[in-house]
Amino acid sequence: MSAPRGPLLFKDIDTPGLASIETYRKQGGYETAREVVGKRAPDECIEIVKASGLRGRGGAGFPTGLKWSFVPKDSPKPKYLICNADESEPGTFKDRELMEKNPHLLVEGMILSAWAIKANTGYIYLRGEFEYIQHILDRAIAEARAAGLAGDDVAGSGWRFELHTHLGAGAYICGEETSLLSSLEGYRGQPRLKPPFPAVEGLYACPTVVNNTETLMNVPHILKHGAPWYRQWGTEKSPGTKILSVSGPVKRPGNYEVSMGMPLRELIDDLCGGMRDGMQVKAVIPGGSSVPLLPASLLDTGLDYESMNAAGTFLGSGGVIVIDDQTCIVDALYNVTRFYEHESCGKCTPCREGTYWMSEIFERLESGHGREKDIDLLLDVADNILGKSFCALGDAAAMPVQSAIQHFRGEFEHHVKHKRCLVNRRAVIEAQEPVTA
Amino acid sequence: MSHAPVMPTEAAPPIEWSAPCRAEVDQALSRYPNKRSAVLPVLWIAQREWGWISPSALRLVARTLVLPEPEVFGIATFYTMFNLKPVGRHHLQLCMTLSCSLMGADRLFRHVEKKLGIGHGETTSDGRFTLRRVECLAACGGGPCMQVNFDYHENLDEAKVDALLEKLP
Repeated sequence: MSAPRGPLLFKDIDTPGLASIETYRKQGGYETAREVVGKRAPDECIEIVKASGLRGRGGAGFPTGLKWSFVPKDSPKPKYLICNADESEPGTFKDRELMEKNPHLLVEGMILSAWAIKANTGYIYLRGEFEYIQHILDRAIAEARAAGLAGDDVAGSGWRFELHTHLGAGAYICGEETSLLSSLEGYRGQPRLKPPFPAVEGLYACPTVVNNTETLMNVPHILKHGAPWYRQWGTEKSPGTKILSVSGPVKRPGNYEVSMGMPLRELIDDLCGGMRDGMQVKAVIPGGSSVPLLPASLLDTGLDYESMNAAGTFLGSGGVIVIDDQTCIVDALYNVTRFYEHESCGKCTPCREGTYWMSEIFERLESGHGREKDIDLLLDVADNILGKSFCALGDAAAMPVQSAIQHFRGEFEHHVKHKRCLVNRRAVIEAQEPVTA
Repeated sequence: MSHAPVMPTEAAPPIEWSAPCRAEVDQALSRYPNKRSAVLPVLWIAQREWGWISPSALRLVARTLVLPEPEVFGIATFYTMFNLKPVGRHHLQLCMTLSCSLMGADRLFRHVEKKLGIGHGETTSDGRFTLRRVECLAACGGGPCMQVNFDYHENLDEAKVDALLEKLP
């Protein structure tokens, strides 16, 4: 056995056969479900999760227990629990590994969370590309049901909980919770205005909680060991661990589970082994491509919600994209902007049109036809998208562009003046590549 | 967004679900309180059965769920993974988003284009490969990455892609 890869969710993740219920139970799996369901009051569970300080791991960082407490207790309507396993934020690939290797922890997390909010139905919304994970989860759900942990009478409590998987079909927007609900209802995945928030009017206009995969997987640990135990990791306001997905030209990219607050530099230099030979960090997008980037001078920022906010960005989904010193920032941001243009659902004009126009301006800069006023034009368009659409996709397109110009305006100006990148290793590779017949 | 797709209006020969498909459809319907919610699972069943969402399949899905056909067309075209025209046996989907791009995805895509003699969205004349540029596949730590149908292939380079393409029947 190799050393544990993380303190909590990744502690035993590489145990062979963990995806089967036998192995999961050997490690104490489903003990918490049996101890809690039918035995501890749902409100008590909500209070424990509140006290733990667990915050949403999908990107927004909203306090999980608080979200659960918004579900109206006297509503006669059915209640729903939804796992957001869309994992569509560029740079993020943690939920995929979590579900592939430890599907039962998610199932147990959903049983416990559903008990806390008194939901009788749960759906796991997977992105379409995760078809193989749907098979893994369906098997896990069937095993749990056969063991009396899901279905009509969960753990002999008389409480009914049905859990299903639902496969998306390729749409970034469906990671946004209201779009996910539209998609699950059989419509195009387009966002809805909030309020009403899903906790009050969500799926089929019924009270609904939508939580990220990693968030739900923390719940069994918290209910088993209690809030004070959970707070041994992380900071006062960002307790617990966070799984960071590191990509880009570092020596060892991959998923790392760390105690929140660890400096970004430690993650990149120590855990990931630093940059590939001959490269330096130029910038880091710390929370998936939707958040403002940080220049290398801010690498000592802690990986927690507050420190990231103080540095002008967000911890987001924990998708850490490392950009090296030989990559052109304009080129990198063109890639990011093109992504949002492609993924804008088309509902709100500022986002639909704005992402298109930002892409056009980037293309002009990249192809050497950039004009001096284009840099300010980019800022102007970004400003006209920010905060002016139903959901956060527009903001996600605008903020990286604004931050790139803020920190690397010189590179944009170089593009305008010299009609080419200041540096661009990819362009160099392209030029040197022998053309094969 | 590219050009808006146009719904086929020519007469589509009627088709029916096979018995195993019908059972799958019924199973999907049982998971939701209304028929409409099953539109994605039912489209997936159709695509698995026929390889693409033909005009006939579109009509069948609409009829199964009691939805207007243009409504189902609007849904099928909103999501990128439904094939509105036939694809090759191996659907090569190369990720082009930032993490993969930083690791050489653009160069790799051009390599595959040259090797197969087809561009984005095209299929080889023998029906073996369809090539597509796609957005983030959630395999960023293994960039450049590619999905062949539903199988993930990570940490690719020219040699690995060549070896893989040789192997695929």
